[in-house]
Amino acid sequence: MRRAISRRALLRTGAAAVGSLTLSGCDGVFDSPSLRGVLDFGQLVSLNAQRLLLAQQPLAREFSPADISPDFPPNGTAMPNGFGYFQLMISNFAAWRLTVDGLVRRPLSHSLDEIKAMPSRTQITLHCCDEGWSAIGQWTGVPLSHILDAADLMPKARYIVFHCLDELERLPNRGGFYYESLDLFDAFHPQTILAYGMNGGALPIRHGAPLRLRVERQVGYKSAKFVTRIEAVERLDGLGRGQGGFWEDRGYQWYGGL
Amino acid sequence: MTQMEPTAASKPDPQAQAQAGSVKREVLYRHSVVVRVTHWIGVLCVSLLLMSGLRLFNYHPALYWGNVGYGGISAFLAIGSRIDPASRTPVGFVRIAGREFVTTGVLGVSYDSDRGRMVPRAFPAWLTSPGEPGLALTRDWHFLMAWLFVANGIVYLWIGILNGHFRRDLAPTADQLRPRHILADICDHVRLRPPRGEAARRYNLLQKLAYLTVVFVLLPLMLLTGVTMSPAVVAAAPGLLDLFGGRQSARTIHFLVANLLVLFVLVHVIEMILAGAVNGMRSMITGRYVIRAEEGT
Repeated sequence: MRRAISRRALLRTGAAAVGSLTLSGCDGVFDSPSLRGVLDFGQLVSLNAQRLLLAQQPLAREFSPADISPDFPPNGTAMPNGFGYFQLMISNFAAWRLTVDGLVRRPLSHSLDEIKAMPSRTQITLHCCDEGWSAIGQWTGVPLSHILDAADLMPKARYIVFHCLDELERLPNRGGFYYESLDLFDAFHPQTILAYGMNGGALPIRHGAPLRLRVERQVGYKSAKFVTRIEAVERLDGLGRGQGGFWEDRGYQWYGGL
Repeated sequence: MTQMEPTAASKPDPQAQAQAGSVKREVLYRHSVVVRVTHWIGVLCVSLLLMSGLRLFNYHPALYWGNVGYGGISAFLAIGSRIDPASRTPVGFVRIAGREFVTTGVLGVSYDSDRGRMVPRAFPAWLTSPGEPGLALTRDWHFLMAWLFVANGIVYLWIGILNGHFRRDLAPTADQLRPRHILADICDHVRLRPPRGEAARRYNLLQKLAYLTVVFVLLPLMLLTGVTMSPAVVAAAPGLLDLFGGRQSARTIHFLVANLLVLFVLVHVIEMILAGAVNGMRSMITGRYVIRAEEGT
């Protein structure tokens, strides 16, 4: 009999706990700092499961020209602010250069024409936004692996960081420029390219001219636009707020495979 | 596993009191501990997946078919809002295949208690998971719950196959599949008559079919259409895109099947209340289910 009572008391306590959890407003539960660790664990499970799934480095599906979306929506910045970008734009990016530095044995600096003369890859792929929309576009550019091989990464290099020309948030320290990062697993994937062409023409401003990243196996915000500098690093915590990207610094997932 | 217990062990029921003396109570150990634990973990997962899923939908409240879908492409279902020019108040609407239904107050435009006014929003805030940054946090919760749900499902399926739960409790028996029985079962459901006595010992046919459909069709569909939205998964398994007709088709099926699951939960809860809420709830918590049999049956 005592056992029955204690079990009933247990159930009552449990019901009360669930009830108060619901009534006290879920706000505190959903973004409570104590649950952050559990959510981070979930991210880690997703990353490792998908790395296992992609161990053979399969290519993302490529589509036919008939599938191309005529009015592919731009993600992120459509037109960078500031006089610096405006000057580059009106000179048709003649003064623009891509620099490659950080943990590389051979730092590089290339004009757009030099990049266009490198081996190129054209791919028609599905762009997946984390908001839920998707569109198909054709991208032409140089495989990132070609640039990284030319720059000769030091063994310490673990991440490739992409610094961009668009200042998405105006901050007093000018720290609000877009940036992104990949680890070497995705950086050396054959479809990870630095694109200067879209749908057979030049890359439009709203899609990141003169050069943007395409990371076909992750969601849209990983494909940084307006790329101007590539930096090889060992750790991400020295950049921005330390999370590996503009959106990552604002709570978004660094790994965007899902 | 069955045992007889005196009537006094549970709350007196008016009907039972009226027929006092002619009613026998039998307590049946109905649900194994695995079924009970995975059931409640499933409830937690499905609730949080639904709340976070509706919020994810709010970031692009339109459904398409094929691989491509974005603002500018015609959606066959969209939830939106506009300002009514006459009253200058926001109007919420659902547009299905070009036909518009005004849904102000619930869909498209709903009350936000934090801001104290009506705001444009596909699904109302009280239905969706809260927290900031909205999209990232909601994705974290959705995927975490999906992992828990998958782990829970694996345990449930594995044990269910090993201990014969599916064969013994969920597979319809030959007598249940006779046309006369099927008809009688449908009639009982239409008249909202829950099974009593001997018939309550096992799941009835429609109940079995509903559970089997949820466990072996709807939930696997949710999982598969869910991962088809992942660019990494479809790089490894592009056949998923063909199976569902594209990423947006998978998203649409994901949404529609989620609605079917909500419908199932509603019917499931109503049936449980009709058959005896206390008894049903107790059986899913302690495993013990009371069968009331009239003497002579």
